[in-house]
Amino acid sequence: MTTNVLVGAAGEPVRPIRPKAVTWASGRATRRALVSYAVVLLVWQLGATSRTWLGHPLPILGNLPAPSAVLEAFRRLLGDPGYWQSGYASFLRVVTGFGAAVLVGVPLGLLMALNPRLRRVVFPVFELLRPIPPLAWVPAAIIFWPTQELSIDFVIFIGAFYTMVLNVLGGADSVDVRLIQTARSMGAARWNVFSRVVLPAVIPSIVVGSQVAIGITWEVVVAAEMISGGGSGGGTASGGGLGFFIWSSYVGGSYPQIVVGMISIGMAGYLSSAALRWTGGRLTRWAGAPS
Amino acid sequence: MALARGGCGDAVVTADIAGWTDAPRPAPVRGALRIENAVKHYGVGASRVLALDGCSFDVRAGEICVVVGPSGCGKTTLLHAAAGFHGLDGGTIHLDGRLLCGDGSDATAPPGSDRVVVFQNGALLPWKTNLENVMLGPRFQGRAPIAQVAAKARRLMRDAGLEGYENAYPGETSSGVKRRVEIVRALMNDPAVLLLDEPFRALDSLTKSMMHAALLAIHAQNRSTIFFITHDIEEAVFLGSRVVVMTSRPGRTKEVIDVDIPYPRTYDVLTSKRFREHVQAATSIVHEEALRAYERGEREGRAS
Repeated sequence: MTTNVLVGAAGEPVRPIRPKAVTWASGRATRRALVSYAVVLLVWQLGATSRTWLGHPLPILGNLPAPSAVLEAFRRLLGDPGYWQSGYASFLRVVTGFGAAVLVGVPLGLLMALNPRLRRVVFPVFELLRPIPPLAWVPAAIIFWPTQELSIDFVIFIGAFYTMVLNVLGGADSVDVRLIQTARSMGAARWNVFSRVVLPAVIPSIVVGSQVAIGITWEVVVAAEMISGGGSGGGTASGGGLGFFIWSSYVGGSYPQIVVGMISIGMAGYLSSAALRWTGGRLTRWAGAPS
Repeated sequence: MALARGGCGDAVVTADIAGWTDAPRPAPVRGALRIENAVKHYGVGASRVLALDGCSFDVRAGEICVVVGPSGCGKTTLLHAAAGFHGLDGGTIHLDGRLLCGDGSDATAPPGSDRVVVFQNGALLPWKTNLENVMLGPRFQGRAPIAQVAAKARRLMRDAGLEGYENAYPGETSSGVKRRVEIVRALMNDPAVLLLDEPFRALDSLTKSMMHAALLAIHAQNRSTIFFITHDIEEAVFLGSRVVVMTSRPGRTKEVIDVDIPYPRTYDVLTSKRFREHVQAATSIVHEEALRAYERGEREGRAS
């Protein structure tokens, strides 16, 4: 098909104009994504309703609530204040635990980076505790803390804390020593070196660490609510958060609600990551081009 | 090494300044560095290395003194000691008669804006615009109101041909512009001596020759002493009023070459007979040392 090849003045083949190629490719990517969503929904719908059209349920898929039922439950729940309260309760816990992890983790990471003696004392303990999964802290947290709310906040804090500290420490360690030397050479006092050189240089690491950490907090909050909220029986359906919402939906046998809860958590996690990404992008606008 | 201080090509420099009507009045020439018997070790125990062993020379006030020598000869060690980043194990460094580095680390003067360093790969703060970077020194020192600092920064940038780059971030500017921004940033501190550690090493040869012209123009205007380190012999002879050749490790002064080519120097100098003679003389001395360093490296390589 030589007729399709564009030929330049010197007879050499010319590539098609780039922007056109890009829009065409991205249009195809969108179409493919939509097709694969449709296929997943179709397989899910057919599998979930297999009891009706096949006579007996298919393995695994046959036990799922159908997408239509999930959609119906979702519509109903959107008008239910209890659902919103659950989401709000989980959100509040994530913000509290994550906020505490940032407030404690960032200064600790910076202090360890700036003070080698403190680092030699604190870091071994830190490394000893770090491999313990956040959820393994749940029973201990319930014993440690006076209220169940604080126990859940604490477990979430643990989930985000290590990531924050390690990212800040790594970021501070990799600050170019020449930036510090130049600042000192221009008469910067210790405080200036910290506030004008080290701190701004660490901000990208704080942003990246926060994005990873907030993802972990949403994983942890759900499990912590299932265990402590569901287990102790102290939480009400609305105050227990999305984790407890899923758990009580399971116990109550309303399976479509389980899926609604799962999707809600996925969306919440995505939205909080996006919010942090946006904030981080505004804080580090200079980082667009490498210097 | 008994070299007289001061009085080196000043007349030529002043003649060039006359063209700059809005330039600040040249500061009294200062920035004489006297390095005497500098000794410095690195490492401990078996890996202890003698980097400098009794290195002595003077950098005269107002001159461009270029130090050349093979890799690892201790040039940068010397410059860092003068900058105050570390002390010496022996010997002294004086700046205009003031002791910077003495025997014993307690006599080491901390880094200060009277001797600002410019590094080879650049150290502009990437989160500050070029103008903000240039303003850093006086802002750190808190010695002048911000409007006054900004005005001076804009003027110096304009004089260095950097108009239009004020609000760009370093990441958005070319390497040649970045180098000039850094030199202007150093000059903002009115340093007695500029310590340039292979500042043009990473540049391509075209940009490099532009930088040479820019540096000579800045020096003609500003007259601050320049202590310049390089591997590049042509660069050394083209820029320097004197070229100090150092021995391979441990670093000592091997020879001091007086470059008797008057300033202002233009590209014609590069093809002149006198320039080639100086380059040839310096090259043969440096080569001898580079060869020694190479052979020793070979021996050490086999031994380990």
